[in-house]
Amino acid sequence: MVNHKKPDSTPRRLRLGVFKFASCDGCQLSVLNLEDDLLALGQALDIAYFPEASSGMKPGPYDIVLVEGSITTPEDAARILALREQAATLITIGACATAGGIQALRNWADVESFKRAVYPSPQYIQSLGTSTPISAHVQVDFELWGCPIDKGQLLRVITDLLAGVRPRLFADSVCIECKRRGNVCVMVASGVPCLGPVTRTGCGAICPSMGRDCYGCFGPTEGARTGPGLPPNTASLANRFHQGLRLIPIEVVRRFRGINGAVESFKQESEAWEQKT
Amino acid sequence: MVTASDRCGVLPKADFQRLLDVLGAKGYRVVGPVVRDGSVMWETVERTADLPIGWRDEQEPGRYRLEQSGDGRLFGVVHGPQSLKPFSFAPREALLTIERSKNSFASVPTLPKSEKVAVLGARACDVAGLAMQDRIFLRDAYADPYYQARRNSMFVIAVNCTRALATCFCASMGTGPGATSGFDLALTELETVFLIEAGSSEGNDILSALAIDPSSPASIEEAEANITSCAMSQTRRLNTAELPGALYEAHEHSHWDDVAGRCLACANCTMVCPTCFCHTVEETPDLTGQRTEHARLWDSCFTQEHGYIHGKNIRPTIKDRYRMWLTHKLASWIDQFGASGCVGCGRCITWCPVGIDLTEELPALLKPSIRTQQKPGQV
Repeated sequence: MVNHKKPDSTPRRLRLGVFKFASCDGCQLSVLNLEDDLLALGQALDIAYFPEASSGMKPGPYDIVLVEGSITTPEDAARILALREQAATLITIGACATAGGIQALRNWADVESFKRAVYPSPQYIQSLGTSTPISAHVQVDFELWGCPIDKGQLLRVITDLLAGVRPRLFADSVCIECKRRGNVCVMVASGVPCLGPVTRTGCGAICPSMGRDCYGCFGPTEGARTGPGLPPNTASLANRFHQGLRLIPIEVVRRFRGINGAVESFKQESEAWEQKT
Repeated sequence: MVTASDRCGVLPKADFQRLLDVLGAKGYRVVGPVVRDGSVMWETVERTADLPIGWRDEQEPGRYRLEQSGDGRLFGVVHGPQSLKPFSFAPREALLTIERSKNSFASVPTLPKSEKVAVLGARACDVAGLAMQDRIFLRDAYADPYYQARRNSMFVIAVNCTRALATCFCASMGTGPGATSGFDLALTELETVFLIEAGSSEGNDILSALAIDPSSPASIEEAEANITSCAMSQTRRLNTAELPGALYEAHEHSHWDDVAGRCLACANCTMVCPTCFCHTVEETPDLTGQRTEHARLWDSCFTQEHGYIHGKNIRPTIKDRYRMWLTHKLASWIDQFGASGCVGCGRCITWCPVGIDLTEELPALLKPSIRTQQKPGQV
């Protein structure tokens, strides 16, 4: 990861680059939403490339590169390879870059028919048939989940990198955060199909705190794709949705096929229930 | 259970506000069950009307609903997801802050501010859970100062149960439905009055300040009868006769695979359990690296990280984790702390999103294993 200079040497400010691929910019906005910490961040880091914040765009290489968005075009597939060469540490920010995002719904559809339906001259549209996460193209050093990411988690990861420590975030269920916060379980007390039991913590359990069900925007607990551990027991939760909460199979499919629908464990679950529709 | 003595009196229901006022005058913030988001949660109670009057809870595996009871009971709701645990063992507790100075650093413990809290409406199972946590956190010379500080400022007002939920099995665990010790005051809600019993000198002070009529033998008898009939009405039970040994014997039982197929490893059971005490610590440094906060958070043996020791996860699968939890809760807890880790409150049954019921899992684990039936002599 980042080479950290010894405290007694004059510290060189680490150079940060923020890059966008197929995405809505919401995660980059989360960086700008750091508000109170933004000035300190600007002092601790040399923000060398961040077009959403400044037109002063300096070339690489960069010590830390934050990547937002998924790969959906041949051009971006080439661009991420070049960017990786400029990045000492590459961190994906958000569901699109980490898991393919909501636009990965195209992976189950015919993109050519979309092009014909939307554009008068679809032959000019250079678009891939799939939306894939950054890790499908280059090595990723750390992944931040969420739609959008939690700004506190981002700050924490940057703080760790500045300190020369390997970043580490909890990968437990949203339920643990709900219980710590004193939320009443929306699934047990209101009967709504909450994905919290199989979704990774980090958001602060925002949705259940507002009385609605988690829709899994932080992706699966633990196993996901990186790190140790096994995928969550989505099959048991899906059964409960169907048998206990009376969701019909297509509703179960849609629960798992959302913002992180392309992540392996959620993908397998939605495809299993698609067979039952 | 309820004892006839000068430490026992009757308070007309219509005068319940007096109890809240006396507690307030003694400097307590009263916390009780308050209806919120389809359940009851511990919140500040200033007026009798803040209590869930006329509500009752129906609980079953994986399901909780509040409904209108049609009666005027103040404590018709048995319990919500919270036991007494959050008061004494905080979900997140800053333990210390560490600040860097020129050539050194200083750490400053952050003991909780003491606030006198009177918890109104603890059930016998909750009181038993608190007593177990005391045994864990205040053990011998190793008392946890953070827990101790919170615990010392607690005033516990138990409410004896006269209605059992479908998920209750305290009678079989010997912890309820009436509280016998570990409270400052214990109430039993009768038709028109509350029977109030003091269980500590602080409780006695409140009782004296209330200046209420002494209890009659008839009211004590009525309370006793209601508590007994509540115990009799419990449909769930846990047969602990063969514990702890039988669960150790069942370590390789085929039923662990069955329950692992249903368990989400989401940790809800451990979060709502009155006795579960697992925690992790987290460091929150600032961006400059000059200051950090070291905090303790509720954790669970169901998380991936909890089974991680250097270089290896010793409980990688859900089966490993459920087995660890149930075996500890019902068996090795007895060896470790001298009593079962289960108080029979039934919260782990209700608040499990998929309704896993330990009163069904245990008997299944004590039956002969399919695996051992198929391959005699092998485990």
